[in-house]
Amino acid sequence: MKTLLAVTVVALAWSSTPAHAAVAVLACEPEWAALATEIGGTLVSAESATTPEQDPHYIQARPSLIAKVRKAALVVCTGADLEVGWLPLLLRQGGNPAVQPGQPGYLNASDYVEMLEKPASVDRSLGDVHPYGNPHVQMDPRNISKVGAALADRLAMLDAANAATYRQRYQDFASRWQPAVERWTAALAPLKGAQVVTHHKGWVYLESWAGLVEVGNLEPKPGLPPSAAHLAELLNQINSQKVAFIIRSTYEDGKASEWLGARTQVPFVVLPHTVGSVPGTDDLFGMFDTLVKTLVEARK
Amino acid sequence: MRLDKRAAFAVPLLIGMSPLAFGQAQPSSNAFNPAISLILNGRYTSYSLDPAGYRLPGFLLEEEAGLPSEGLSLDETELAISANIDDKFYGSVSASIEQTNGETSGDLEEAFFETLALPKGFKIKAGKFLSDIGYLNPIHAHAWDFADAPLAYVAMLNGGYSDTGVQGRWVAPTTLFFEVGAELFSGDTFPGANGADSSGTGAWAMFAHVGGDVGTTSSWRAGLSYQDADANGRVSTLGVEPNIGTAVFTGSSELTIADFVWKWAKNGNPRDRYYVVQAEYLHRKEAGEIEAPPPLPVILTGGYAGKQSGFYVQGVYQFRPRWRVGLRYDRLEASNTVDTELVPLFEDHTPSRESAMVDFSNSEFSRFRLQYNRDDSRPESDDQIVLQYTMSLGAHGAHRF
Repeated sequence: MKTLLAVTVVALAWSSTPAHAAVAVLACEPEWAALATEIGGTLVSAESATTPEQDPHYIQARPSLIAKVRKAALVVCTGADLEVGWLPLLLRQGGNPAVQPGQPGYLNASDYVEMLEKPASVDRSLGDVHPYGNPHVQMDPRNISKVGAALADRLAMLDAANAATYRQRYQDFASRWQPAVERWTAALAPLKGAQVVTHHKGWVYLESWAGLVEVGNLEPKPGLPPSAAHLAELLNQINSQKVAFIIRSTYEDGKASEWLGARTQVPFVVLPHTVGSVPGTDDLFGMFDTLVKTLVEARK
Repeated sequence: MRLDKRAAFAVPLLIGMSPLAFGQAQPSSNAFNPAISLILNGRYTSYSLDPAGYRLPGFLLEEEAGLPSEGLSLDETELAISANIDDKFYGSVSASIEQTNGETSGDLEEAFFETLALPKGFKIKAGKFLSDIGYLNPIHAHAWDFADAPLAYVAMLNGGYSDTGVQGRWVAPTTLFFEVGAELFSGDTFPGANGADSSGTGAWAMFAHVGGDVGTTSSWRAGLSYQDADANGRVSTLGVEPNIGTAVFTGSSELTIADFVWKWAKNGNPRDRYYVVQAEYLHRKEAGEIEAPPPLPVILTGGYAGKQSGFYVQGVYQFRPRWRVGLRYDRLEASNTVDTELVPLFEDHTPSRESAMVDFSNSEFSRFRLQYNRDDSRPESDDQIVLQYTMSLGAHGAHRF
């Protein structure tokens, strides 16, 4: 007991020493960590709670993540219930009042973009649908800059001494992002109207931006694994319709899309759904460069 | 932080803002406020021995302890409501309704609030809640990996310890997860009893947890807990066959628990496949007086000193999406010193049990489980089969580690 007390006292003393370190940003997904680094540079130390290989819905409130929440100055997440299974628990267990919902230290990316697929009714017979709309907002690059602006404001508020730097770095990022978005939009223009089948309903923001038309999903309902019966149905549908791509992300099992691809001659593509998911996606620019290149080349 | 001119403008603005000024969509469990969930549980159970004669030799069980009824039965139907109360507090209530032998009874499982805004990693919780001792104890029964509690939990915690009290905990600002906590309870629930005789603070506990990740594939947590309870006239069904009455224990009960959990998933993505290995060791010392009133032939009173231990080890493997299998081994040991006349209260038998289960979850919200136990709790083996369903309606459940 005495040792325990001693440890507690020492750790307390240590925790109360003023931090000269960078602003600790804990992002729920790698794209928001990358965005925080674009805007904060060396003023922030951003890390992601999940990797590109992890489905951000199925994470558990692991001890290592509780420890990260405890030390974070800013938590940046997609929101819209994507992290509903683990984030509320982490925030409660982390013992960090600064990053609670409603505080400046907590930012929901989905609060700053227009949500698609907001269901008129929420019924679990439809699968694990999200009442706030489809949460995969990062797939439209125009959303990235909207969240970036909010993130810059928030960092300026939390680290007022460097407020000007955050705003200036955001301006710099936006001035490079805007022309890149125009370039990607132009490159994808020939694909407008192309019909796609996706593994999960994780690409609706990409489709809305690039004008792709989603005609089916490998998952029979969001969150349910592809069944043999559903795949057979999809196979018939693809054969009768002109489908350009079958799309999946790195954390989804490839067997179903490869099976369909092999039987339909429709190219199946693994698209980067976040930073670091495939080679060449070390930052947000690389992520969309690779995404656009993969789609354009698969179409040839 | 140094305040410059720009910051000086920002500060009054911040103070004037309502706490909900930053964002509308909360990471809430539901579109509703508060989050409401309902758990439906039911089972079919078969035993080869008569469940009425259930006991764990060497242990004074809680008066009502026993096996679930044979055949078709309802487990607890649990209603849970929780929400952030305001920017500083979170509240949660879960109540269960149970029906046994045609009689319906209600039980308040948890009703507590906890703080959200204490600085420096501190947190206070007050009300009725599941104690954070051990690994399994704070987890609600419907979220367990097996249909029943480990024998050591049945013997020493009556399946899970909850009581009315207050808890303080602290999370260290370290990379390796480290937290410590202390709890003070009324002392009314097993292994305590009649807390009023101990000024309504008859039990206390403390715990320490440490945990982290190993690479991206594995994560772990280890814990050490201690619980001290005053048993002021704790009534137990006698651990001898046939059930010939009760024993009343007055004394102290001290429990130490060591727990460990290791989880593995490829790339740390547990969606398709994962392994979990979990083990707990419980050690208890009890000392005091036992009184055995009629219908025993004579009223017996005498000293009792118990040294008891138990452990379980279990492994669960999700081998394909939605399907899991699990194995568990349980064992208990007791070395009790009882005054001469009371010796027959304790049989000379070492309880153990082997369990295997397979479960299927159609989605995160529905699960069916088939479990087989070869239960050597009693001197004769009992073959137990459980077919169980667990359905959760409403708010999305938490993915606890």
